[in-house]
Amino acid sequence: MSSVKRLSLPLTKESMKDLRAGDMVKLSGDMLVFRDAGHKRLYQSILDGKQAFDFKGETIYFMGPCPAREGEVIGSAGPTTSCRMDKYTPYMLDNGLAAQIGKGARNQDCIEAFKRNGCVYFAAIGGAGAIYSKRITKAKVLYFEDLGTEAVRRITVEDFPVVVAVDGRGESIYS
Amino acid sequence: MIKISTRYVADKIKEAIDKISCEVEPSCREALAKAYEKEDGKSAKFALEVMLENIDIAKTERRPVCQDTGMVVVFLEIGKEVFLTGKLLQDEIDRAVEEAYATLRKSVLDPVTRINTKTNTPAVVHTSIVEGEDVKVQVMLKGFGSENMSKVYLLNPAQGLEEAKRLIVNTVATAASNPCPPVIIGVGLGGTLEKAALMSKRALFRKIGSENPIPHLNELEKSLLDEINSLGVGAQGFGGKTTALGVFIESYPTHISSLPVSVNVLCHCSRAAEFVIQGRKEGEVCQA
Repeated sequence: MSSVKRLSLPLTKESMKDLRAGDMVKLSGDMLVFRDAGHKRLYQSILDGKQAFDFKGETIYFMGPCPAREGEVIGSAGPTTSCRMDKYTPYMLDNGLAAQIGKGARNQDCIEAFKRNGCVYFAAIGGAGAIYSKRITKAKVLYFEDLGTEAVRRITVEDFPVVVAVDGRGESIYS
Repeated sequence: MIKISTRYVADKIKEAIDKISCEVEPSCREALAKAYEKEDGKSAKFALEVMLENIDIAKTERRPVCQDTGMVVVFLEIGKEVFLTGKLLQDEIDRAVEEAYATLRKSVLDPVTRINTKTNTPAVVHTSIVEGEDVKVQVMLKGFGSENMSKVYLLNPAQGLEEAKRLIVNTVATAASNPCPPVIIGVGLGGTLEKAALMSKRALFRKIGSENPIPHLNELEKSLLDEINSLGVGAQGFGGKTTALGVFIESYPTHISSLPVSVNVLCHCSRAAEFVIQGRKEGEVCQA
């Protein structure tokens, strides 16, 4: 792995502006974790006028972990398919979300929203759950605990390997 | 007659789940290593490198390869001389799945209420009666990033095999980056709607690199694999030479009005096992 960029979380527009689709990046710092059911419930809370929690400046990792075994911070923790979150993404980017991490291509509405806001979508390597769990140093459930693996978590990562999949200019590695 | 208890069968299935949740099917790892060697694309090569490292870490450290430890699919071929004793087979298998999933992700829920069963049960169990005194067991932990990309078509005869081939390739092209390529493709041709779907799932148990014993299907598998790999989707959809590791086809006679085609997509982490419970060795031989 040559020319890997290292970035600290939280990400800013400034720190993301030189990233280009295809860049290999290692992320370190705090991010939020949630997937389908967490997004659905958050979105509904916004529609109801009682937003469950704030996501401004956050990076969201689409992931639902395996249970932690004894002595582990978290169980296997690879990305899930991002396009299922496409429905919520433009709204969230337009309202302060910094970046997303998942796997697989995004729809045109999302790509335009990444471009409009100078935000980035990172692809983690799907299926690599064991490696990613080792790059997570802290994990805690914050909201929606009843959703089990789909609850909203705060995790801290170190040298978390990702690839820039959609950059702030709207360029995509998948096209 | 041979007596085998459903508990025994289920305990064997639990052992298999414990193993395969942390171990990718060996022919699959081999195929990924070959794909890594011949890949030129920078991003795809990086993805393959991470995949291989992940497979090795998972096996050595006994961590689940992928956090999507799937829904459990079991095929049982039960010899007609076998009498299964004890509780219902489905109940025993579900008990075994619940135990195995204590440390795995529980991904199974009611489709209407979306309330999680919290045990990863029920398993999807398919049984058939065959000749003999043994029970052949196939177990797969099926992830749904890839399952969601699968398709069933009921073509009319005028559309024919050419259209079936086009749709199979198109399924992989459309799925693109979503199912964690390089993928493995199971195809069911013929039968009825559910027969085609079952065959496409069953085909996923084939070892990567294995030949189809039916010559015209073998040829079809090879030409589809070439065509799919020429799509250039590559590992993780990052663009590259290897989009699929294998295409496996099962066929069955169908109706004069139809050509059912089922395409079941499997990710690069094939977590599958098969074994035989030998009635004479592991069961209890008794007079009928």
